[in-house]
Amino acid sequence: MAKGTLTGSRIRERRVAQAMRQADLAKKAGISASYLNLIEHNRRRIGGKLLLDIAQVLGVEPALLTEGAGAALMASLREAASAVPAAQAELDRVDEFAGRFPGWAEVLSSSQKRISALERSVETLTDRMTHDPHLAASLHEMLSTVTAIRSAASILAEPGDIDPEWQARFHRNIYEDSARLTETSRGLVTYLEADDAEATETGAPQEELDAVLAAAGHYVQDLEEGGTVHSAQKRLGTDLSAPARELLGQWLQRYQKDAQAVPQSDLARAIQKHGADPAALAEHLDADPACVMRRLAAMPEDVLPEGVGLAISDASGVLTYRKPLPEFPMPRFGSACPLWPLYRALNRPMVILSHPVVQTGRPGSDLWVDALAVPVGRVAVNRDPLFEAVMLVRPMPTNTPPHEEPLELGSSCRVCARAVCPGRREPSILVAGA
Amino acid sequence: MAGHVLLIEDEPNIIEAIRFILSREGWRVDTHSNGVDAADVVRAKSPDVLILDVMLPGRSGYDILRDLRGAPDTEELPVLMLTARGQNKDREMAERAGASRFMTKPFSNAEVLDAVRSLTVTS
Repeated sequence: MAKGTLTGSRIRERRVAQAMRQADLAKKAGISASYLNLIEHNRRRIGGKLLLDIAQVLGVEPALLTEGAGAALMASLREAASAVPAAQAELDRVDEFAGRFPGWAEVLSSSQKRISALERSVETLTDRMTHDPHLAASLHEMLSTVTAIRSAASILAEPGDIDPEWQARFHRNIYEDSARLTETSRGLVTYLEADDAEATETGAPQEELDAVLAAAGHYVQDLEEGGTVHSAQKRLGTDLSAPARELLGQWLQRYQKDAQAVPQSDLARAIQKHGADPAALAEHLDADPACVMRRLAAMPEDVLPEGVGLAISDASGVLTYRKPLPEFPMPRFGSACPLWPLYRALNRPMVILSHPVVQTGRPGSDLWVDALAVPVGRVAVNRDPLFEAVMLVRPMPTNTPPHEEPLELGSSCRVCARAVCPGRREPSILVAGA
Repeated sequence: MAGHVLLIEDEPNIIEAIRFILSREGWRVDTHSNGVDAADVVRAKSPDVLILDVMLPGRSGYDILRDLRGAPDTEELPVLMLTARGQNKDREMAERAGASRFMTKPFSNAEVLDAVRSLTVTS
């Protein structure tokens, strides 16, 4: 992509780094917030006086907004500084630092990028190693098989005679265990190498479903257009195991009901007026807010350019559905951060909890979360309802009035850098002595 | 005879190998492969030493051991715990559950023999 076409992204980056709201920048630059939104998402070119005006409001040289490498460098230097707040790096002089010491600035920038990439890898791997029941079981089976082989081989290798019948038994055991070890190892390698976008026959059913939904963008066009669950299930579930296909069927049935209750065309029109605010949309459409949240998560980019994330939890706190955002990852295995409004919603059913949030270790991620717990199934006599919680994660709304400090949330305890937390369940690998 | 060992492990070929090496040394070896009724089997068999795997079908070795440590007739029973996970936290978990010794897979026959002998001496 030509360097000038990313000017919008750089404007957004600069604005967010200065904790400036989109509406404020737009007003000072003399344009509407919605037009600035289009610019920031590179859907409108910008140049001339408007570029100069915006650069002036942001306090930067216009070239820093139009020149690629410079702005990217500034962003990673700021990220490096925010990771070590105790150092109190002179953020207002970062341009001067990069200008005077370009080599050192590049070294620091590259190191920060590498650290971020490594942290993401550690987060994924740790999540998997600690909580993946399939991986734990496979590793245990492998080590048990190796133990059996080693024991039998040791007996056969000992000096002296061993009864021929025992000898034959141990030889047979080694042969059988070697074959089992081969299969287990092969399965484990396949499982570990499986791409998130592909369904894998060695994965847990929920993982297979997650992979299929991610590949489909969480959107099922045939159901939007009145198609059947059966045909959608046939199309999407070709390579799935039987349990995963069943989960897919249940998910598609709910998707179909949601699409009938809140058709895409109605939702698209409502979004033009209310943005991705689920409470406002639910009132406008006279629909269930939880259904609206699920529908928002399904909307394609042409309906909802700034994607949203969604997490659904059952009453026990297990995540039964996750659509993460890059700025808001969600653990694949184990439990998520107990501070998530998703879990508080279970204690306050039928109340929409709505908060600005930021994820620990991801500075500058302006997000907003809406969470709601609703009963599952029909009302029944003398039976307490079972609740399900839904949490929508969306970019900070452009017309947000002054609000409270954002809630600081984590992804999961094990990879959360927050040193002191009342909800911590297990030590973090990122915090010494946590 | 050296004594009576009860081995609770669900991997049949490990059972066969350990039974062979202990029997050869004069031990009487009983085995059981299910975690659900393992504690009952321990109380019924009343061994001198228990070798207990952590990952068993139906119930974990940690739960079984906590159960045994809570009963007067098995609270002092020497227990060698076997596990595939060898980190410090797993060792600590085994100790907290009441294991006398802890061994990670894959282990050698000699290690098992040494451990069982030492548990018999100290019991």
